[in-house]
Amino acid sequence: MSVSNTRVLIVDDEEIVRESLGGWLEKDGYQVASAPDGRAAVERMKGERWNVMLVDLKMPGMDGLQVLEEARKLQPDAAVILMTAYATVDTAVTAMKLGAFDYLVKPFDPEELSILMQKVVAQQSLVRENAVLRKALKKEHRFRDLVSKSPAMQRVFDLAQVAARSNSTILVLGESGSGKEVLARTIHAESPRSEGPFVAVSCAALTESLLESELFGHEKGAFTGAIARRKGKFEAAHGGTLFLDEVGDISPKLQLDMLRVLEERKFQRVGGNEPIEVDVRVVAATNRDLKKAVADGTFREDLFYRLNVIPVTLPPLRERKEDIPILVDHFLDRLEAELKRRVQVSPEAMAALLAHDWPGNVRELRNVLERGAVVAQGDVIKATDLGLAPPTVKASSANPPGEPPTLEDVERRHIAEVLAHTGGNVSQAARLLAIDRVTLYSKIKKFGLRRDGEEPEPAHG
Amino acid sequence: MEAIHLWWIGEREPRENVLAHVRLHLERAFGARVPLWPGVERPVDAYDARRKQWSSSRILDWLARVGPGGRVLGVTDVDLFIPILTFVFGEAQLNGRAALVSTARLAEPGLPDERVVLERLAKESVHEVGHVFGLLHCDTPVCVMGRSSSVRDVDKKRGELCPTCRGRIARGAGEAT
Repeated sequence: MSVSNTRVLIVDDEEIVRESLGGWLEKDGYQVASAPDGRAAVERMKGERWNVMLVDLKMPGMDGLQVLEEARKLQPDAAVILMTAYATVDTAVTAMKLGAFDYLVKPFDPEELSILMQKVVAQQSLVRENAVLRKALKKEHRFRDLVSKSPAMQRVFDLAQVAARSNSTILVLGESGSGKEVLARTIHAESPRSEGPFVAVSCAALTESLLESELFGHEKGAFTGAIARRKGKFEAAHGGTLFLDEVGDISPKLQLDMLRVLEERKFQRVGGNEPIEVDVRVVAATNRDLKKAVADGTFREDLFYRLNVIPVTLPPLRERKEDIPILVDHFLDRLEAELKRRVQVSPEAMAALLAHDWPGNVRELRNVLERGAVVAQGDVIKATDLGLAPPTVKASSANPPGEPPTLEDVERRHIAEVLAHTGGNVSQAARLLAIDRVTLYSKIKKFGLRRDGEEPEPAHG
Repeated sequence: MEAIHLWWIGEREPRENVLAHVRLHLERAFGARVPLWPGVERPVDAYDARRKQWSSSRILDWLARVGPGGRVLGVTDVDLFIPILTFVFGEAQLNGRAALVSTARLAEPGLPDERVVLERLAKESVHEVGHVFGLLHCDTPVCVMGRSSSVRDVDKKRGELCPTCRGRIARGAGEAT
């Protein structure tokens, strides 16, 4: 970013100010335009991108603070400098609170204006650089709607990308909320079938007969209530992808039916005789241990092998906590589109998000952020807005039953746990505990803890 | 190269060597003749009683209107301003005819050496006339077309145009930087 590609909009009702400031900036090489009032400025903000806006505070109609508010909404990256003839501490504070880059008292000292403009150009360079980097980083850490930088997930992305090109059945394994359907949709979107339908069925939600009819369809009169012929999901997914969620929950009869479809690509509707041929790519998913189910005899081994052609395992969020900040960023981007405002997460809230164990995985994280954004007063989600339970302190056998631990015991044990969690990383532990490193070091020393959080062996003798 | 007229329009009489020094620098920088304009008129309606300063923009208009025709640099000793700034060392019509420079802010209280003020005046004169030739502010270190918002900035510059700015003038200037 240089002076010559910095676009400046001067907003002032006095022509002489617009001309004199515009002329001064033009000689510096800035691209300068001006607007005689707030309304005209807002119009120009809608149509064009500005890097800097120099806005007079007192104007008839829409005043400078109102223009500033509009600018924050329409062009949040632009630096807005308010100009005022009468500086009062109140207006300055209000301007800065509303997000002004700076304010100047008219007339300006030439050096002050010169330095301020240099600062703005440098800041705008950073804004631009940041946007480019963020975009590049997002691209690198993204596989369509999946966001991650953890090595385990990167392997999943690579595998899914290759698998998408084939027609083989894919079995997605992972805990509830870890993104199995998102991955299935991504695979579909990346596959040559992306123009065809993506049909999702949750196998656990329906009874055996309903699921059978749902999957294969039925002929008119096949059973009570079958008043018309109905196509099943296999037919609906013809030419596309069928996502069978919670496939580990289906009954032995349906396991057999499904095995047949997967082997022959043919089936019959319930109550029908005509074999129907379909061209469907199956992506199945489960959070159950299918191998164990096979060993227990509750899941057919032959169906397991049919489904388990390309297994993809999604790691739980607690095993890829390094992804939490970029996932937060990703969900805040989405919330921004929905809420029409940019919400941020306070450092304390981020520490709480990093400390949480996420049994409900990415889905739980998304829900917690949604809640936080709704509850937050203003544009910053605080730790208390998240509604996460504070980390529990495990009961310790060190205390006799019935006798509550002392505050010091609880503190020592909690610090030990957090250190164990961070693998001895004191800086990270200090962040999670919301104390500074020096304090944490002194507590480690005081409690005689080891850096990895292990409690020392009691001294003998 | 068309002549650049040099015109003293200050309140007091100029010291003899002042205009000669400016003239030398202008001739060297622009390769043009720099005749002295003997006009005795002084700017009217340019004084702002509230600010106790002189409007440089009004003086520029006056120079272009009343002056010798063609390019002209007015040199004065009064304190100049533009409405948005507390003061200016000078001002010029970009790609126009008139330029203006003042000694008022170039001399600092207690500065004994008049040669320093003279150097500063020569630099700012070349600078403002550079704008008349269509030059914008230049990022090349020490080029006389560098922006100067304080006397420190003026002192850091040399009195000459950098090769890039000279090239621009040779090509007819006015082109964007």
